[in-house]
Amino acid sequence: MSGVENRRQERKSEEAAVARGPQERNFRSRIPYFPGCAMKDQARDYERAAQAALAALGCELVELPRWNCCGTVYSLANDDLMRHVGPVRNLIRVQDMGESRVLTLCAMCYGTLRRSARFVAADPERLSRINAFMSDEHDYRGGVEVLHLLGFLRDVVGYENLASKVVRPLTGVRAAPYYGCTLVRPREVGVDDPDRSEVLERVLSALGAEVAEFPYKVECCGAYLTVGAPAIVAGRVRDIVASAAANGADLIVTSCPLCQFNLEARRPGTGPRLPVVYLGQLLAWALGADACLPPEAEALIQGTTPAAAGAQQR
Amino acid sequence: MADELRLSREALAAPFVRKVEELSGQNLYACYQCGKCAAGCLFTEAMDALPNQVLRRVQLGDESVLAASAPWACASCLACAVRCPKGVDVARVMEALRLLSLRRGLPHLDPRATAGVPQIALVGAFRKLTP
Ligand code: SF4
Ligand code: SF4
Repeated sequence: MSGVENRRQERKSEEAAVARGPQERNFRSRIPYFPGCAMKDQARDYERAAQAALAALGCELVELPRWNCCGTVYSLANDDLMRHVGPVRNLIRVQDMGESRVLTLCAMCYGTLRRSARFVAADPERLSRINAFMSDEHDYRGGVEVLHLLGFLRDVVGYENLASKVVRPLTGVRAAPYYGCTLVRPREVGVDDPDRSEVLERVLSALGAEVAEFPYKVECCGAYLTVGAPAIVAGRVRDIVASAAANGADLIVTSCPLCQFNLEARRPGTGPRLPVVYLGQLLAWALGADACLPPEAEALIQGTTPAAAGAQQR
Repeated sequence: MADELRLSREALAAPFVRKVEELSGQNLYACYQCGKCAAGCLFTEAMDALPNQVLRRVQLGDESVLAASAPWACASCLACAVRCPKGVDVARVMEALRLLSLRRGLPHLDPRATAGVPQIALVGAFRKLTP
């Protein structure tokens, strides 16, 4: 389907939404959305929470049609053109929608899509070979911008705007921002500076939380090593959690479903047991959605924040 | 590590070194062994050679480095890559070594290890094990 036809269809569905009632008419902006495997699998709750949060901010996620796996880990080899086919095919979907941006909720998807977009942009020869390989698709022309939820909150929503939409401020909650690796490295694709990050900290502040700085916030959790070498990951997670706790955190906030899994599932049985929440869940809570937080985190927040307790009574 | 390294013009020009250079796209000889990559690497406990030692062995054409555990303990987190003062992306060298092993047919993941882990981890793990 051409971009124009696609646009036309979207407009039709927008009209239909208007006919359906005020709830759906509320959306002011629509953004193409690449879910990736996690958001349709183990991380379904995080997807729902992030959607609710973005809806509260006036943004609707429009899932790409026929998206495919991004590969989750970016190939670092020079002769691996093949591994860019998956990400580039998704970028073609965005282009076919007549759009030039795509949002991801997962740090791994963000890394692979954004880095592949740069990889082909850097060399027309690579791009033409990938295009030739996918003869059944429109050629990718380049120029699709890949956003992660955090960049979207900073650049499109804005911290002040975000703060103004908060209905349950996280006052009194000390949250440790955990970036992990693919969101901030390599430098040229990172959502923020790998050494002086602030985007997650600013988002947490906008939600009214206190930020618990800790030295492990950009240190890798072990990622996919959780499959073949879970003991290595357990060691990493032990140190990350202990460091957050030692720096006074009540909970840890992640922005990647794989970090989230590792920090929860590979947590040591002994030592501090901080709740680990996915950013979208915390956002959704602060913006007024219910049933988005894991029970331990909800109990903690309700016990800590006077405002949340007040909102519950209303 | 090999007990004895014979340094020779042949070793330095060996196809092995060229192949690692080609696959990783890195100038291996830029590394001056400051050890910053190893200092920041979170996975050295599981490595029998530190990241800078891996690099040194590749520089010297020591092919036995392919049997080291380091490339498999590396999580491609790029902490080393953003910190190297010489601009060497060590993670790319690790990837090249993994690929060379894999392309020689050395298996590294027991499929039974997959129980209870989410899809995102499985895709990542198997991708890293695909030659
Ligand atoms: S940080 Fe760079 S220069 Fe220093 S030892 Fe590692 S690769 Fe070599
Ligand atoms: S990319 Fe690999 S070698 Fe480099 S710091 Fe991370 S785990 Fe260590």
